[in-house]
Amino acid sequence: MALLELQGIAKHFGAIEALKGVDLSIDAGEVVGLMGDNGAGKSTLVRVIAGNFRPSEGQIRIAGKAKHFHNPVDARSEGIEVVYQDLALCDNLTAAANVFLGREIKRQVGPFRVLDYPAMYSRVAELFNELKSETRPRDLVKQMSGGQRQAVAIARTRLSNARIVLMDEPTAAISVRQVAEVLDLIRRLRDQGIAVMLISHRMPDVFSVCDRVVVMRRGTKVADKNVHETSPEEVTGLITGAIHTA
Amino acid sequence: MTTVPSRPLQSSVAIEDVTSLKERSFGQRLLSSQPFWVTVALLIICVVMAWDQPEAFATADNFYNITRNFAFIGIMAVGMTAVILTGGIDLSVGSIMGLVGVVCGLVLHAEHYWAVAIAAGLLAGAAAGAVNGFLIAYVGLPAFVVTLGMLSVARSLAVVLSENRMIYEFGPWGETFNAIGGGSILGVANPAWALLVLALIFGFIFNFTAWGNYLYAIGSNETAARLTGVPVRRIKMQAYIVSGLTAALASVLTVGWQGSAINALGQGYELRVIASTVIGGADLMGGQGGAYGAVVGAALIEVIRNSLLMAGVDANWQGAFVGLFIVLAVLLQRIRGKRSA
Repeated sequence: MALLELQGIAKHFGAIEALKGVDLSIDAGEVVGLMGDNGAGKSTLVRVIAGNFRPSEGQIRIAGKAKHFHNPVDARSEGIEVVYQDLALCDNLTAAANVFLGREIKRQVGPFRVLDYPAMYSRVAELFNELKSETRPRDLVKQMSGGQRQAVAIARTRLSNARIVLMDEPTAAISVRQVAEVLDLIRRLRDQGIAVMLISHRMPDVFSVCDRVVVMRRGTKVADKNVHETSPEEVTGLITGAIHTA
Repeated sequence: MTTVPSRPLQSSVAIEDVTSLKERSFGQRLLSSQPFWVTVALLIICVVMAWDQPEAFATADNFYNITRNFAFIGIMAVGMTAVILTGGIDLSVGSIMGLVGVVCGLVLHAEHYWAVAIAAGLLAGAAAGAVNGFLIAYVGLPAFVVTLGMLSVARSLAVVLSENRMIYEFGPWGETFNAIGGGSILGVANPAWALLVLALIFGFIFNFTAWGNYLYAIGSNETAARLTGVPVRRIKMQAYIVSGLTAALASVLTVGWQGSAINALGQGYELRVIASTVIGGADLMGGQGGAYGAVVGAALIEVIRNSLLMAGVDANWQGAFVGLFIVLAVLLQRIRGKRSA
């Protein structure tokens, strides 16, 4: 049984049809590359899975059970974590506060529920150690480099026991060395049995780390192939529409 | 543990050592914090004035007056800080003061119990804040426009309710009500105690609760806050309710101190309140500021006003000095921002 199953997902914004009946399934421990041109519906699909948008039509099933997400917290409680394209970080907060945003560790002090800073700092420091990132939990995010910001966003997904991690362009704005680190991290997630969906424009990244590649064009899925059965040339053709379907 | 053979030299430092580092030491943090420098400025002015005018400035009476006078603005500035942290603004606090004052006056005039008057006043303030918050957070209108509208509506309601008359016959419970706003404990005016308690509570809330943390998160990146599941709309609405409540509290204390309610109460206060928070280090773009800053900003404005009076400077110069300090504060903020970026 697939871990995540999408059936006939459609999303309209007024007259605009961002997604038209997308079917997709991901197994545990599988890395799926989601490719497509700008406006193909990749980010919309991610936001539907993450609970930011409710689908106009269709069904989301997790481990066989139909789920309805009203907000990101619902999706998160089902083990779905997202690294957003713009990383969704608050510049004026520390790395630790960003990682824990929306699910802070609290401590009971008398009648009050108080933020437990020591616990959060040490947990985040552990996560950065795991990620082998030289990022300090107490630093403000606005003072960080692109790679460190990426580490903060990824550390956020590692906080809970995520079953599915969606990554929206994680390698778009970072240096070559950091790309290799992020790809390593994706492999580490996969080895732990986590399903990863990698949205990317970068063909080499997708072909080096993914098991399967899904291509979207104008809101529909036009291809869903094992990476060994396709080639960058074919995928490029599918993205641009030079090849109709595969 | 596997090690990569050709690791660059910098990695001889273990990651554990780096991740456990504090960003800056306490001293560095202090030196780069605006409330600290405003406190220094405040102390310098006080020392100079105490040296120059020992009989007039450095007296218990004068300090009693100064602390009471800035307490009203300070109380509102603490509530305003919650709004400004989210990147919003509340222009209606002065008018809410007027409305709340009239409501308290009318309830007391109708010979109701003093606590009923206070509860009615606070309720009126909270209701006005809730209307602001609903229109801003749920309908999505700009804070500036909504609270500008409330500035006009609340003032107009105050005039209508009071039938444009001063209310001073407070009925049987008037004395108790007046004692709350006008009295003192241990030689310090009650409003100043109220400000101290409020600042401690909100200092705690801003720094140690998830709610406070969300205010900073919303002001620093509202989209990110929403994407990570922060209940952005609810928190924003609550921030405006807090601002309405602090304006109501300031009004209750002012009316008690003056012993009468006029519908013009609080006219023009919104700008003094906003000036206090900005001088105290709040960023009007959101995500920066604190309770102590708001209080010390309000104190600075009042001490400048008081000092100019004592030094015999024409009272009409006050506005120029306060304006100068506002611009200086923002300039200081800009310089600090550049250095830390």
